[in-house]
Amino acid sequence: MKLTALIERDLRLAYRRRGELATPVIFFVIVTALFPLALNPEPTLLRSLAPGVIWVAALLAVLIGQDSLFKTDYEDGSLELMLLSPLSLEWIVLLRVFTHWLATGLPLVMLSSLMALLLDYPMHAVGVLVMSLLLGTPVLSFLGAVGAALTVGLRRGGMLLPILVLPLTVPVLIFGAAAAGRAAVGEPAAAPLYFLGAMLVLALTLAPFAITAGLRISLES
Amino acid sequence: MFVWFHKLASPPFFYKFADKLAPWLGWLSLLVILAGLYGGLWLAPPDYQQGDGFRIIYVHVPSAWMSMFAYMVMAIAAAIGLIWRLKLAHAVSAAAAPLGASFTFLALVTGSLWGKPMWGTYWVWDARLTSELILLFLYLGYIALNHAFEDRRTGDRASAILALVGIFNIPIIHYSVTWWNTLHQGPTVFFGPRAEMPASMYIPLFIMIIGFMLYFTAFILKRLQVEVLQRERNTTWVRELVEKS
Amino acid sequence: MSSWHEFVTMGGYAAYVWPAYGIALVVLLVNALAPGRQQRRLLKEIRRRANPKERSE
Repeated sequence: MKLTALIERDLRLAYRRRGELATPVIFFVIVTALFPLALNPEPTLLRSLAPGVIWVAALLAVLIGQDSLFKTDYEDGSLELMLLSPLSLEWIVLLRVFTHWLATGLPLVMLSSLMALLLDYPMHAVGVLVMSLLLGTPVLSFLGAVGAALTVGLRRGGMLLPILVLPLTVPVLIFGAAAAGRAAVGEPAAAPLYFLGAMLVLALTLAPFAITAGLRISLES
Repeated sequence: MFVWFHKLASPPFFYKFADKLAPWLGWLSLLVILAGLYGGLWLAPPDYQQGDGFRIIYVHVPSAWMSMFAYMVMAIAAAIGLIWRLKLAHAVSAAAAPLGASFTFLALVTGSLWGKPMWGTYWVWDARLTSELILLFLYLGYIALNHAFEDRRTGDRASAILALVGIFNIPIIHYSVTWWNTLHQGPTVFFGPRAEMPASMYIPLFIMIIGFMLYFTAFILKRLQVEVLQRERNTTWVRELVEKS
Repeated sequence: MSSWHEFVTMGGYAAYVWPAYGIALVVLLVNALAPGRQQRRLLKEIRRRANPKERSE
């Protein structure tokens, strides 16, 4: 199977499951909306909280979405077939996580501008907010995928995945929220964005190995 | 010498070795810790700034150090277990985790008790305490994953991957938390020994760290005996061991 | 440390120093004693499982 054929297949399957894949995005919107309800919806308060709230909501939404990454393939046996494919499993996994992000993470990134509006986040800084999420959510996807690979064989692995992965996502959260926070008050946000970029490169190159190792271990039982 | 090391990888040999060594190390660690406590709680003079309150350092710093050391042991053992497929190495990881988590918990609690009189609050979001908190979550995640599988071998191998991903991330996490801390002009809380600490203050600290290391070795050996028994319960050597006792 | 009194009151910081050491003692004791208890329990269970099997054979 050629790599492009793989991407096509994954996207087509994702489209068929689009209801299921919409859950993270809906979750993101709801969680973001919960904060003003839980706190004082006073604009200045919301504005100061907005970068953090949007980022935490995005983080949780992406992690929740990762549970379905390998589950269906594991259950119908196509995951084992992937192991037998002539293509290296690392590449298959890389593309799988990428297409999954296209289906679940990218809509989230685009919706964040709308969430910014809800939380009185300054419009002049939305570009940085979106950029931070654009760089950060794929990293979160890859980290979540490591957790998904390790827990795919467990019946109740769903709740365990976030617990395993959340501590690892702290750097992404810190730099992402810092970038959005700085831009909101007019400070330069280049440094945290560069860090996010560096983490994205690390994730792209190293995560597939951890993910495939996890999948092999999960499948051999 | 090398042959002996090789034999150590065999579970029955290791079990008997641990059985003999652990008590000695255990009692030795008690002696060393008592010596360190005598030096730290009695002999060392009070600090010119923190008075006698600084003495928490003699449990806080050794705990924090051990929390990181235990994770290193856990990760290195995980790598050895994966690369050379050694069951015993995975058992070492599994044995190190609860000890490491305990030390992390202790570092956090003693840090909190130190912080309250010195900086006014029970919790301070300084870089090191926050990193310790995240380390605790990493330990708990490892333990949870290890116990989630019915097949112990799969559980060992899966949590080994998690331990390795964790060890890779720890420097990144620590750097990002430090960066975050300076960003928000967090309190530069000082939990470590200062450069100009007189010998009467830092020697007991050094002794306490050695005591904790001995303690860790002794009781990881004991825990390893339990881990080995659980993994090897159906083998002949275990059955013979049980019949003899 | 100049006196027994100073030792007990820790120069006013007793409320923080002694609980810290107390919790440390508890944590270290638990980690020292728990593996031994688990080991004895395990050995007993393995012995129990082995014996009825032999008797039935």
